[in-house]
Amino acid sequence: MKRKKFIQVISFLILRGCAYLILAVLLLFIYDIASKGGAVISWEFLTQAPRRGMTEGGIFPAIVGTFLVTMVTAVISIPVGVFAAIYLNEYARQTRLTRIIRLSIRNLSGVPSIVYGLFGVILFVNAMKFGTSLLSAGLTLGLLTLPWTITASEEALKTVPQSFREGALALGASKWQTIRTNVLPYSFSGIITGAVLGLARAAGETAPIMFTGAAFYLPSLPHSLKDQFMALPYHLYVMATQHHSIIKVRPLAYGTALVLLMLILAINLGAYITRYRLRKIKME
Amino acid sequence: MKMEEKIKIEVRHLSFYYGSTPALKNITMKIAENKITAVIGPSGCGKSTFIRCLNRMNDILPGTRVEGEILIDGQNIYSPQVDVIELRKRVGLVFQKPNPFPKSIFDNVAYGLRINGVKNKRIIEEIVEKSLRQAALWDEVKDRLKDNAFSLSGGQQQRLCIARALAVEPKVMLFDEPCSAIDPIATAKIESLIHQLRNNYTVIIVTHNMQQAARVSDYTAFLMLGELIEYDKTEKIFTNPSHRLTEDYITGRFG
Repeated sequence: MKRKKFIQVISFLILRGCAYLILAVLLLFIYDIASKGGAVISWEFLTQAPRRGMTEGGIFPAIVGTFLVTMVTAVISIPVGVFAAIYLNEYARQTRLTRIIRLSIRNLSGVPSIVYGLFGVILFVNAMKFGTSLLSAGLTLGLLTLPWTITASEEALKTVPQSFREGALALGASKWQTIRTNVLPYSFSGIITGAVLGLARAAGETAPIMFTGAAFYLPSLPHSLKDQFMALPYHLYVMATQHHSIIKVRPLAYGTALVLLMLILAINLGAYITRYRLRKIKME
Repeated sequence: MKMEEKIKIEVRHLSFYYGSTPALKNITMKIAENKITAVIGPSGCGKSTFIRCLNRMNDILPGTRVEGEILIDGQNIYSPQVDVIELRKRVGLVFQKPNPFPKSIFDNVAYGLRINGVKNKRIIEEIVEKSLRQAALWDEVKDRLKDNAFSLSGGQQQRLCIARALAVEPKVMLFDEPCSAIDPIATAKIESLIHQLRNNYTVIIVTHNMQQAARVSDYTAFLMLGELIEYDKTEKIFTNPSHRLTEDYITGRFG
């Protein structure tokens, strides 16, 4: 009897330990980066361009570039992902073809991001002649996030009770009317959360953009979709491995990492808050 | 059985299959206009499948097949020319479990009008009020039309679903065990409501509650294992059934 209880207590501690470990790792991570990069964060760092061979100044162009390329990604991946999910979940019957599509989606989410980068070079930069640009990089990141957007949207659509669909159909609604007025509003918060989490991931990627549009250093901000851009993760990569005096710019690299990390945490937090708010509205 | 009333629906040799399993076997019956027809029978006898054939709700189930014809006002609803959306506007369905939409009470009732393109606010308000009155719900909700439908009790939700179905002005109303998920007092309200609908609608109600069938209906059909065993005036079925199985069922020997 005692032994049984002892085992139970130990197992419980192990389970709890594993859960707390995740939190501890994240906090340690943030602490490490914040302690080494916090000192360089200033208003100038956030609002000015790099100077003197990127040994001084700020990271403003990289922030703008990451923002812009994430917008392009969103414009591609949210509509395509949501429509694909609607098709798969609402229209498609279970056939061999839809099973293959689902399997492909799962496989795509496991493809390394550098492969997406190379694919983007072949397809968008060369074949479609978009050049190394915001557009090519955004499209490449769009492809990368599609599996997440589709899967998250499909999961959200699955939470809509079948009775909402049947009720609308029984009143003479067409299938699309049913989806538009009864299915999408209910699953909206889940879809948006999934899409935004996918974008947060895209915003932090380096490999897919380094050949398709991100630049080492640019004297000016991009003016159109055909321009190259600077981006936070690539800037960080440059500062950490490619710079002519890596040791000297290390604090700047940590500062960049801190900004990127905070940006992604903020996006994720925003997604959770949106979801929470929308859920509350739904339940009232 | 001789039927004096005008025939609204004629079912001819209707069979229905889930995959290769038959759920309905060769059912033929005529349903009278502006009368209440009850469909009774033990669980799994095909009652719900039958009623869902009448507005083609079974179309959305994959792997199913229909044989035979259902004529409503003389037109076969399974013929390829029939627009299933138009059909469902003419043949309303109230489900077993109340299924209000996650919208306000007003928007629930207005839903069918809006998807049909009615934009005029005054007309929508009029029909919403009329439908809620018909469903005997108006007095309970008139001051809280903007509240979410989920704030209503189960019985109120079911009357809301009835109002929602009435708002699109169908000619036939189908009820698929409408009281199985609600309490006895709410059930009494819905029964009296269904009874009143008879004046303007052809009503078909599926129920496993025999007292309910006896109380509200004019005609009763008894189904078992997908077959129509007996179909007659309700009075006849419950007092002097011709078939042994019917008698066994209504006297509670099985079911």
